[in-house]
Amino acid sequence: MSASPSETRPGDAEVRLAAALDGLARARLGGEGVIDLTRLTAGASQEIWRFSLREKGALTPLILRRAPGGERVADTAIGPEVEAQLLKAASAAGVPTPRVVHVLTPEDGLGRGYLMSFVDGETLGGRIARSEALSDARQVLAGQCGAAMAAIHRIDPEAFPTLKRVTPREFVTQYLEAYRASAWPRPVFDLAFRWLLDRCPPPPQTPALVHGDFRNGNIMVGPEGLRAVLDWELAHVADPMEDLGWICANSWRFGVEDKPVGGFGLRQDLWAGYEAAGGAKVDPDRARFWEVFGSLRWGVMCSGMANAFRTVDPSIERAVIARRTSETEVDLLRLLAG
Amino acid sequence: MQDQPLPEEIIAAVARFLREAVAPALEGALSFNARVAANALEMAARQLRDAPAGEIEELASLRALLGSEGDLLTLNAELSARLADGRFDLETPGVAEHLWRVTLAKIAVDQPTYWGYRAALNDRAAAPD
Repeated sequence: MSASPSETRPGDAEVRLAAALDGLARARLGGEGVIDLTRLTAGASQEIWRFSLREKGALTPLILRRAPGGERVADTAIGPEVEAQLLKAASAAGVPTPRVVHVLTPEDGLGRGYLMSFVDGETLGGRIARSEALSDARQVLAGQCGAAMAAIHRIDPEAFPTLKRVTPREFVTQYLEAYRASAWPRPVFDLAFRWLLDRCPPPPQTPALVHGDFRNGNIMVGPEGLRAVLDWELAHVADPMEDLGWICANSWRFGVEDKPVGGFGLRQDLWAGYEAAGGAKVDPDRARFWEVFGSLRWGVMCSGMANAFRTVDPSIERAVIARRTSETEVDLLRLLAG
Repeated sequence: MQDQPLPEEIIAAVARFLREAVAPALEGALSFNARVAANALEMAARQLRDAPAGEIEELASLRALLGSEGDLLTLNAELSARLADGRFDLETPGVAEHLWRVTLAKIAVDQPTYWGYRAALNDRAAAPD
């Protein structure tokens, strides 16, 4: 799907990256070098590269995930080192995830990030929601996501002291402040924040480690179902119902409105999978609260791209994501004033 | 008088070039970004075409709703403040209709193919007045 380096004229940064990976492969990974370095995302919050490790005549595909330029970690992200630790803990808890192969150290000369196994599968949300090849997967996917969430919520938060602890009200207020800081009035957002603050659930009895961004778009799927849960950089310790609401937000349905779970499944299947795998009994009102907040949270994230576009990352993609904010305003009005 | 072709015609031609000639000739992230660029140009063109009339309507609606004067930014901030502190809500006469009209005008510029927009139009067409 992506161009190989020989077809795209590698830039200086890419040549340096390949050389550093070559050195790392020999020094730390027991390999002879790397080939086929390919950038998978042009993403601004993370760089993701794929390459093959040469070892004993065999080729092992690996993924490098690192901060943009190796160094720029967003304030809101947990940092790649904690992310790698989280992946290991999630895998041990039974969550399908890529296997962490190596966490970068300063001596590696590659910046901050980690290497992980390459998992093959579909990550594009629209295809997961609609592709014929994944129709069997869609029968079981919501239940599998529920089971994966139950496993995540069983991870001991005490092992992750640097993750943010937030009550529901603090979490909503944090996004309200981010919205206010943008100094760009959006009356629909104020309507929605007021709705949420009037209905804010009390702090959960047992705060859980939550993924924080578990949705269609951050999962990898094969014909048999869920293969990996990706993108852990927004993990925190909070109300476990947050994950169950977020995956149902309108923004991840890819036009399949009657399948609220990511455009591929039903709430009752998600909840049944969660409860069957040992998750707490789902409180529908709480899940609904987080579902509405999901649209607003994504809206605040999108609108923040306008400032990012003007300051740190003037890419067209940023500009276009900023202009997806109005999608969430439509969603919120349908939810609150439908 | 500036000459022709008009800016919107030139923008449309560049968007077409990016989508039909450039994107297929590239692969991976570059091809993706060429299509994103085409979409972005078309969005900007829709705004240049539709926003002036839409914003005149929005300003008139805000003045009527709030009973005060000011520019779009000032009056939107005022509406935001009233919704935030509860002086206004969806029961306030005119508020829901104003928010819907303005939001639909925005999404028509930003993402006219967004499925939630089509669904909202269908809902509103089906709803009794």
